[in-house]
Formats: sequence, structure tokens, C-alpha cells
Amino acid sequence: MALGDILIEVSNVAKHFGEGETRVDALRAVDLTVRAGEVIALLGPSGSGKTTLLNIIGCILAPSAGRVVLDGEPVFDGRWLRRDLRRLRLDKIGFIFQAHNLLPFLTAEENVAVVLDLAGLQAEEGRVRARELLDYLEVGHRAKVKPALLSGGEAQRVAIARALANRPRIILADEPTAALDGARAGLVMDLMRKLAVEQEACIVTVTHDEKIFDRFDRLIHLRDGRLADA
Amino acid sequence: MNLALKDIRHGLFRFVLTCFGLGLLMTVVLAMIGIYNGLVSDALAVVKAPVADVWVVEAGTKGPFAEASSIPADTRDAVARMPGVAEAGAVNYQNVEAVHAGRTLRIYVVGYEPGRPGGPQAIAEGRGIGASHFELVADRKTGLLPGETIRFGRKRFTVVGLVEGAMNSGGDPAVYVTLADAMALQTELDPAAQRVQAARGAVSVKSASVAAVIARMAPGADVDLLTATVRQWKHLAAMTQAEQEELLLVSVVDKARRQIGLFLGILLSVSAVVIALIIYTMTMEKLKQIATLKLIGAPDRTIVALIVQQALILGASGWAIGLMLILSVKDYFPRRVVLEPFNVMVLAGIIAAVCLLSSALGVRAAMKVDPATALGS
Repeated sequence: MALGDILIEVSNVAKHFGEGETRVDALRAVDLTVRAGEVIALLGPSGSGKTTLLNIIGCILAPSAGRVVLDGEPVFDGRWLRRDLRRLRLDKIGFIFQAHNLLPFLTAEENVAVVLDLAGLQAEEGRVRARELLDYLEVGHRAKVKPALLSGGEAQRVAIARALANRPRIILADEPTAALDGARAGLVMDLMRKLAVEQEACIVTVTHDEKIFDRFDRLIHLRDGRLADA
Repeated sequence: MNLALKDIRHGLFRFVLTCFGLGLLMTVVLAMIGIYNGLVSDALAVVKAPVADVWVVEAGTKGPFAEASSIPADTRDAVARMPGVAEAGAVNYQNVEAVHAGRTLRIYVVGYEPGRPGGPQAIAEGRGIGASHFELVADRKTGLLPGETIRFGRKRFTVVGLVEGAMNSGGDPAVYVTLADAMALQTELDPAAQRVQAARGAVSVKSASVAAVIARMAPGADVDLLTATVRQWKHLAAMTQAEQEELLLVSVVDKARRQIGLFLGILLSVSAVVIALIIYTMTMEKLKQIATLKLIGAPDRTIVALIVQQALILGASGWAIGLMLILSVKDYFPRRVVLEPFNVMVLAGIIAAVCLLSSALGVRAAMKVDPATALGS
């Protein structure tokens, strides 16, 4: 496990929805490799296939064709059951959402600890790890607060802490800065980059936010389901 | 981490209100069960009270409760002398309306022979009838108190004792008087009518008939032999205690019982639909959170537990609130509400089953949720 390891390897991946006249090709022969420590952005107009690609990498959607290897493990090769893919997500992938999607009935600390609880960690251990992450992201003082009482920036940092709780090597972010102003968006991206390097993880972000384009190592453009350039 | 409890605590006020609403529904269900039981229990109270083995009534009738029965009062002597009979007593039943303390009471008057079967079993307050005339023992629900008097027909009776749980199948509380008083109450004319009869030269003949004769058997005596023997007398019929109870349930309270039973069935169905709807709605409101849980890797069992635990907590709370409410108000019902532990536990089982079935609907919806929906804004 080191910086530079290939964490995401997408080869010749295609995805279509429907058949015959109603068939829509969302992705066509996409190749993508992302290494540990890299922070990349998926860009493209609506319907270009970036969310489909994010869902395939996140093991939410199976590709119609092609090969996907995550942290050295080939997935969607017929050997994986739905529950295995969920476990794979729990162990290897962290998600950051546009609307943070924190569970409203849990405190900030519990929102982070729930991932560790699902992973089988002891409650106290999970609480300590959650608190460390929240402190690291400078929201430790809001640990006992429910999401409804957090500001947008605080909620997003708690969501990042949750995504990182189980030390995943792949972090997928869907418009993580859409709800933040320019300064806060920059801070969040800097924080994510720092974490990617420290945890030897990679970050794949779907974004339209031009203010943060300079924070990415690579900008991957998608158009009509194909990579436009890299 | 118990997500179900955390979620409940998050929306505690709403959850408690929902439980209270369900509790009120359960109160109605339990009340109907209690009324149903009370109807059956009340109906049988009058038959069970004399602790009889055999009922001797008029031939060709299903008396004295399902149909009117009239047999000669001296039948008691004949029955008492039969082999195997330990003791026998003649009884008379009638409904009267009397005014007491400014209100009209509908009362079931039981006439019996003191010292013989047919009278009250246990005196709760005061004493039993000691005089030959004009004393009565009343059920507590009449509202009469020892020492008070009440007028039946042309005679005033003094309350000497109280009993509990004595009533007819219609729920009217009973009073016990001597058989002689009961027969007089049934047959005596008022003075004006008596004067008219005297002027006509008619001879007033007091009826010496009673409604039934009750027999208690000696230990080891053959009840069937006695009933068979009595039936050989053409003007009499005999029934065992079990036959009399069955007859009362089938003939007298069957329609009311079925009516309440059917209503109870409808009420349970409505409750099941309401519970299902509440649980389904609770789940549908959490679909986005369930999608998030799936996306971050929560196994199905975590999501199933979230829904099922909440459903069972809701059902258990509703059941407990319903039980507490009905226990606190049941004595204010005009008719007896009898709740047996068995009924209450059966209802708990039904609610648990309904909650599990209802949560299956919610679980089905939750299992269909695509984790990708959590990615949308």
C-alpha cells in the first residue's frame, strides 16, 4: 500500500439502459486509471455519463461490458453478490454527497461512528475514532450536535469524516462543494487532498464548480458517454 | 448502535403521539373484547349463581331464561324426594322497574326459598334474607345500600345485604327476595282491581306456580338418570346445568354475541390497516436515509432491524397504552367489561403479527430502494 498504487482501473467499460429503440448508451468504452494520492474531477454536461461512471466505480451499478478493478480486486466479474458489493463499499469506498446526507437522528459523532459500527468495531473504539476525525476536521466541538443544527460547512466536514471513518482507499464525491461558498469550497478541497495523501487514498469527484478546478490533479471530461480528453 | 431507538428518540413527541393514537384504538378493541366477554359472562351469571346440577322446567319449553316456564310450586317436593337429589329449591324470575332516589331502576327479581338452592351465593355486605317477607338482597350495581327501602308493586322492601355480579342476560342487576314475595309480586292485583273482582263475585286465586325447580345432586349421583326420570313426567322437562348454559348462549345472547363478535372482527381489521399504514408511512419517510445506509455499506439486516424494531415498539406501546386506559375506565361502562389475561395476551400476539406483517411491506419498499438515490441532491 503506497502512493502511486493503482486503486481504480476501469477498462473498456460500457453501460446502456433499455433495449432496442429505447436503448440509451450512457457510457461507451471508457478507460480510466486512478492512483493513490490522486484527486481527479469528472466533468461534463448533464447526461454525459459522469454519474453513471461514479455509480459503477462505487459498485452501485453494474457495467454492461468492460472490466472494473478496485484496489486490486476485480468486481462485476460474476463472482460478486449484492451483499458482497455492499461490504466492499463499506471496506474500500467512502462517499461524500452534495447534500451531505447525514442521518438526521444521529449526532455528528454517531454519524461517523455508524460506519465503524457497521464494520464491526467496538462501540467505544468507534466513538474515539469518530471523535479523532471530527477533531482533525475541526468540528469536534460539534460532535454531540444533530445535523439539523450544523452549518453547511460543518455538515460537509462531518460527511467527509464519515467517508473517511473506515479508512477507505477510494473516496467518491458527488458535487461536494455545491452548497458551499468559494472560500469554504477551497478549504474542503484542500482538506480532501491532504487526507488523500495521508491515507494513500484517491478521490474521484463529480463537479461543475469551476472555482475548485485548480485543486484537482486531473480533469476528466466526459461527453456522450465517452472520455473527451484527460 | 440501535438505529431504531435513535430514530424514535429523534422524533419522540411524534412517536409518542402516534403510540397514543394507536393506544386509543387498542382501548376500543380491548373494550369490545371486554364487552363481548361481559355479555357472555353476564348471560351465564344468572344460570351459574344457583350452582345447580339439574333444572326442572315446564315441558315443551326452554325455560326459565330462554322461554317462560311455569310449573306447580310443589314440584320442588317431588324433585327433592327423588334418588340422588341432595337438595332442591323452587325459583321465580321477573323484571320490574322501580323508582329509587329519583331514578328509575330496571331490576331482575329472583324469588327463592331461603335455605334452599337458588339464592345468592356470597353476601358481600350486610346479611342474607332472615324474614319471610319484604326483605331483599341486592346486587351492588343497583345502587341500593343496606338499610334502604324500595317499592316493588304495592310492597316496600328493605335492603338487608349486597351481592356482586348478580344480573340477567340483559345486564340488569338482580335482587333476591323470598319466593312468596316474588310470587305475590307477579300475581297480586292492585286494590281497585281487587274490588272490581269482588264486586263481580269472582274468587281470587293466587297462582302457586314457579318458573323452575333447581336440584343439587348428592356426590356420585347420576344426573342423567334424574333428568331422564323427570322427563317421563309429561308436564315437566329437565336440563343439566351444561345444557341450560348452552341454551342460554345459543337462544338468548347468540345474536348480540355474534353482533359484537363481528364488530370486533371489523375493528381488528381496521386496526391492522391503521398499524400497517403507520409503519409503511414511517418507512417511506426514511427512504433517503435507508438509501444512504445502503450506500455506506449497511447490510440488509441493519435496515430490516430498523423497520421491524420500530414496528414492534409501536405495537407494544399502543397495546400497553390501550390496556392501561381500558383498565382505568372499564368500571365506568354501563355493562360489565370482562378482560381475561388470555384475551389480552391473544391481542398482544395479534398486534405483534400485524406489526410484523406491516413491517414486511415497509421492508419490501426499503429493499427496493436504490442506494444511488442517496447520491442525488
